Amino acid sequence: MTSPDNLPGSPDSGQTPEVQVPAVPEAPVARRGMFGAEDSGDTSGYGGLVVRRQPQVSTPRPYGGYFDEIVDALALDDAIERVVVDRGELTLHVKRERLVEVCQKLRDDPALRFELSLGVSGVHYPHLTGEELHAVIHLCSITFNRRVRVEAACPDDDPHIPSTVGVYPGHDWHERETYDFFGIVFDGHPGLTRIMMPDDWDGHPQRKDYPLGGIPVEYRGATIPSPDQRRSYA
Amino acid sequence: MSTAYDEATEGKVYSVTGADWDQVVSGVRDSQDERLVVNMGPQHPSTHGVLRLVLTLDGETVNEARGVIGYLHTGIEKNMEYRTWTQGTTFVTRMDYLSPIFNETAYCMGVEKLLGIEDRIPDRAQAIRVMMMELNRIASHLVAMGTFGMELGATTPFLFGYRDREMVMDLFEYITGLRMNHAYIRPGGVSVDLPAGAVDKVGEFLKEMPKRIKDIRKLLDENPVYVRRTQDVAYLDLTGCMALGITGPILRAAGLPWDLRKSQPYCGYETYEFDVPTERGCDVYSRYLVRMKEMEESLKIVEQALDRIAGPLKGDPVMIEDKKIGWPAQLALGPDGFGNSPDHIAHIMGTSMEALIHHFKLVTEGFRVPAGQAYASIESPKGELGAHVVSDGGTRPYRVHFREPSFCNLQSFPAMAEGGQVADVIAAVASIDPVMGGVDR
Repeated sequence: MTSPDNLPGSPDSGQTPEVQVPAVPEAPVARRGMFGAEDSGDTSGYGGLVVRRQPQVSTPRPYGGYFDEIVDALALDDAIERVVVDRGELTLHVKRERLVEVCQKLRDDPALRFELSLGVSGVHYPHLTGEELHAVIHLCSITFNRRVRVEAACPDDDPHIPSTVGVYPGHDWHERETYDFFGIVFDGHPGLTRIMMPDDWDGHPQRKDYPLGGIPVEYRGATIPSPDQRRSYA
Repeated sequence: MSTAYDEATEGKVYSVTGADWDQVVSGVRDSQDERLVVNMGPQHPSTHGVLRLVLTLDGETVNEARGVIGYLHTGIEKNMEYRTWTQGTTFVTRMDYLSPIFNETAYCMGVEKLLGIEDRIPDRAQAIRVMMMELNRIASHLVAMGTFGMELGATTPFLFGYRDREMVMDLFEYITGLRMNHAYIRPGGVSVDLPAGAVDKVGEFLKEMPKRIKDIRKLLDENPVYVRRTQDVAYLDLTGCMALGITGPILRAAGLPWDLRKSQPYCGYETYEFDVPTERGCDVYSRYLVRMKEMEESLKIVEQALDRIAGPLKGDPVMIEDKKIGWPAQLALGPDGFGNSPDHIAHIMGTSMEALIHHFKLVTEGFRVPAGQAYASIESPKGELGAHVVSDGGTRPYRVHFREPSFCNLQSFPAMAEGGQVADVIAAVASIDPVMGGVDR
């Protein structure tokens, strides 16, 4: 926690912070939270917290460890948009139309052998225009005792990613869950229906534009507004 | 039969809610339908909470089985995005409520990975984590095996299982203040050091528990009824496990010694001596044996961890030294089970304004976690529990997703149950040991 970008900026988010923050290309993030503060990035109830957007990073070679071997053995450089090595983990950002091909090779190639998939997770980045919705797949190779993360993104207005159930049958429920919570349509999934929320639910609850709660709660006839509609203490 | 239905598309509907079997039998007797669709659950004592199984039956044979989940979805992952990183432990502990310590540890390891402080967690905290996790593993397996016995018609294993689990619950209550929902593991260490006398209590537990495990094994291991109900039932081999992403006892019962404590050690597991039990039966009985043996191995680990806690690591800190992350207070156990640290209160209220400000900021605003994503995984009693943690640099998680082993393993129940008998469906689901709090989150 000693790196400069973790130190608090000046209370007024509009001015240059006293501590020099290197390489912050984006404006502070204004978030709206339980306490209703909308004017700055601060949702804690008092000033001083400024969150800055991180730039998208791409790690140059060599990646270190076994990561180079994985990327070399995969040999699908045109399918990979960028490679990120962060905190000892390898992330392959894959073009969505090539996702199935990449997964198939990761599973079947004798030099890769990622037999075990640990499921699909979704992340919604509303600020990344054109790639708002991410499907994140964690793979594990039991043969080589290695891990890799495969990430595919799709834009919000065309939320389609090809289904990988054919490669990893265990993705059946995971893709249904990601569809349910984020609205990513996995093309080719054998039965893409909601899994957690009721079938007739409106919206996809874990997206960032879906408020916490989101529905008024009824208690003995009295209606309690959803958390984002309640009185704020800012 | 209160709701209207279309008989042409749905066939004839019979509602069975209580002891009205005579009606049902007389209704079905003249039916020409060969296929019977049965909804088992969501409220059914042997479906482990609110799990619904839709079974298509031909006589006693299950032709098609589908699981319906989501009845216990509580939006834990979404809620966490609105609370600080430390408050997240309070949520995750409620996911798989039979293995709360594992949920907390996986989450905290994810946060620590994002913070880059994995190497700075004190050894004593790691040893306490290991001890608590292994105690929790025993408790979880005891519930699994106890309910399992009851579902197959034997109530004694259930009583034994719950009686023995109570010993672990008592330890947890003594150490953390609560039987469940502890929020004991925190980013940077554990919330409070072991209270005085905890080491002795765990020592007594270690003396008593092997006998108790033996008792359960005596009841079940060679019980002819139990063996015939479980052997060669719900078969799922290694190929099936791999395809469906199965981990944990089910995988080890298929012969693969894959245990993250050995293959990708965390919390210092590489320094403990224990074995990974495997079986080759791929059936319910093998999964039972694996769990029983794992409990015995867990006792070994608890013993080693306890030796370190009471010996070389005595008096060491249990929270990271970094004051920007470490929770400021060492809680003291009060007469009501929980309490503040009098020393800390005296310090912030009486002597240091800066300490008060720091305490206030850390507790209300929380610490910031550098942007990025991390995946931390541990071997929970049910399999690989993974936490995918994403930060945008703020004081609250941007997104947390859990790879819940119950969720993944439950997918495999159609593969185990289809083609078998109805009665074996119960055995199949019980051998997966799903906890719906974890499945639905």
